[in-house]
Amino acid sequence: MVVKVYGPVYGSPKRVLVCLIEKEVEFETVPIDLLKGEHKDPDYLKLQPFGTVPVTEDGDYILYESRAIIRYYAEKYKSQGADLLGKTIEERGQVENWLEVEAHSYNPPIHTLTVQILLFSKLGFTSDQNLIKESEEKLSKVLDVYEERLSKSKYLAGDFFSLADLSHLPFTHYLVGPMGKEDMIRSRKHVSAWWDDISSRPSWQKVFQLYPPVF
Amino acid sequence: MVVKVYGPVRAACPQGVLACLLEKDVEFEIVHVDLDSGEQKKPHFLLRQPFGQVPAIEDGDLKLFESRAIIRYYAAKYEDRGPKLLGKSLEERAVVDQWVEVEAHNFNDLFYTLVLQLVILPRMGQPGDLALARSCEQKLEKVFDIYEQRLSNSTYLAGDSFTLADLTHLPAIRYLMTDAGGLAHLVTQRKHVNAWWQAISTRSAWKKLMNLANY
Repeated sequence: MVVKVYGPVYGSPKRVLVCLIEKEVEFETVPIDLLKGEHKDPDYLKLQPFGTVPVTEDGDYILYESRAIIRYYAEKYKSQGADLLGKTIEERGQVENWLEVEAHSYNPPIHTLTVQILLFSKLGFTSDQNLIKESEEKLSKVLDVYEERLSKSKYLAGDFFSLADLSHLPFTHYLVGPMGKEDMIRSRKHVSAWWDDISSRPSWQKVFQLYPPVF
Repeated sequence: MVVKVYGPVRAACPQGVLACLLEKDVEFEIVHVDLDSGEQKKPHFLLRQPFGQVPAIEDGDLKLFESRAIIRYYAAKYEDRGPKLLGKSLEERAVVDQWVEVEAHNFNDLFYTLVLQLVILPRMGQPGDLALARSCEQKLEKVFDIYEQRLSNSTYLAGDSFTLADLTHLPAIRYLMTDAGGLAHLVTQRKHVNAWWQAISTRSAWKKLMNLANY
């Protein structure tokens, strides 16, 4: 039985897709159209009561929250593909540390920018310019911390590519691509090298080809 | 070697770490950080936690920050003793991670904004944004409805035992029930949420922490 991933064209589900490809795990996808409100359908809410994507369905086993899903598959298939959790409990601790940083410090401003700049223009809404400016400033400060970290460490959690780096792929792509804010990455030497490294991994290239982003 | 936990004993995120260490019977030392005077933003602290937040830990050579990373680390390191805070299998662990993510993304921001507007800003002599607080409260009502549904089918959030998923909610809900006046109804008016709160807040580890914090 092959694991099903819901909502493949969107940002958060792409974390799961990259992880599954890194771990050489077969999967199928189930489309969910957020613009049509399919994530609020009663049938979907039975799977994910908070009405967000992704959800994975692995036989009877259902999980949601992308960062919970990637932790599970990275551990379950630890012995195949890249080891995305480090080799020791201490290395895993560093992975967890920087994955939490992505979740709490990096994702909020970049997600706001995605909504305000990309989603709103698709929907024909007026963006809040103050909010955009604020989010850019917050993201800049976070990137400054990353620049310092990555000047001492090849990847965020240490000298190995991990879930902590992987988690940044989908929304950073939106930043450097459709949002036209590549300079935020390129103006920081070590962040820039890190971005080139992680975004050129075959797993990300494949996800990009199979499920072109909605923006 | 004793784990050093940096942060005030009365701050929510350090409390999550302390509760975990108490559950696992791990010796620790609290190193107070004075948030009121902005100690967390001073250069010496930024070396420890570059985002200027509490908590951070130092355990011999190991340094970590982000409370939800720290508790995952210690729960894994001391898996063999005390309660199974990560569940009893990989599949259970993923459900624990799922609910920790739910707390982090669906609960924490709402709670934090509410407390900022209703308690912290007024305490600093500034007016809180009551409309924003009301909107957060309404959203929290919906989140608690989902919790009520979940806890009507499951004694604890991730299954039939206490795990990190429940633990991460303790500091915030304690706050809602006591300091942030007028919000206790969010818990007390929901039969299963209320029973769950009673069960988790009467655990001896939590009671020890309440003593330490002089409540």
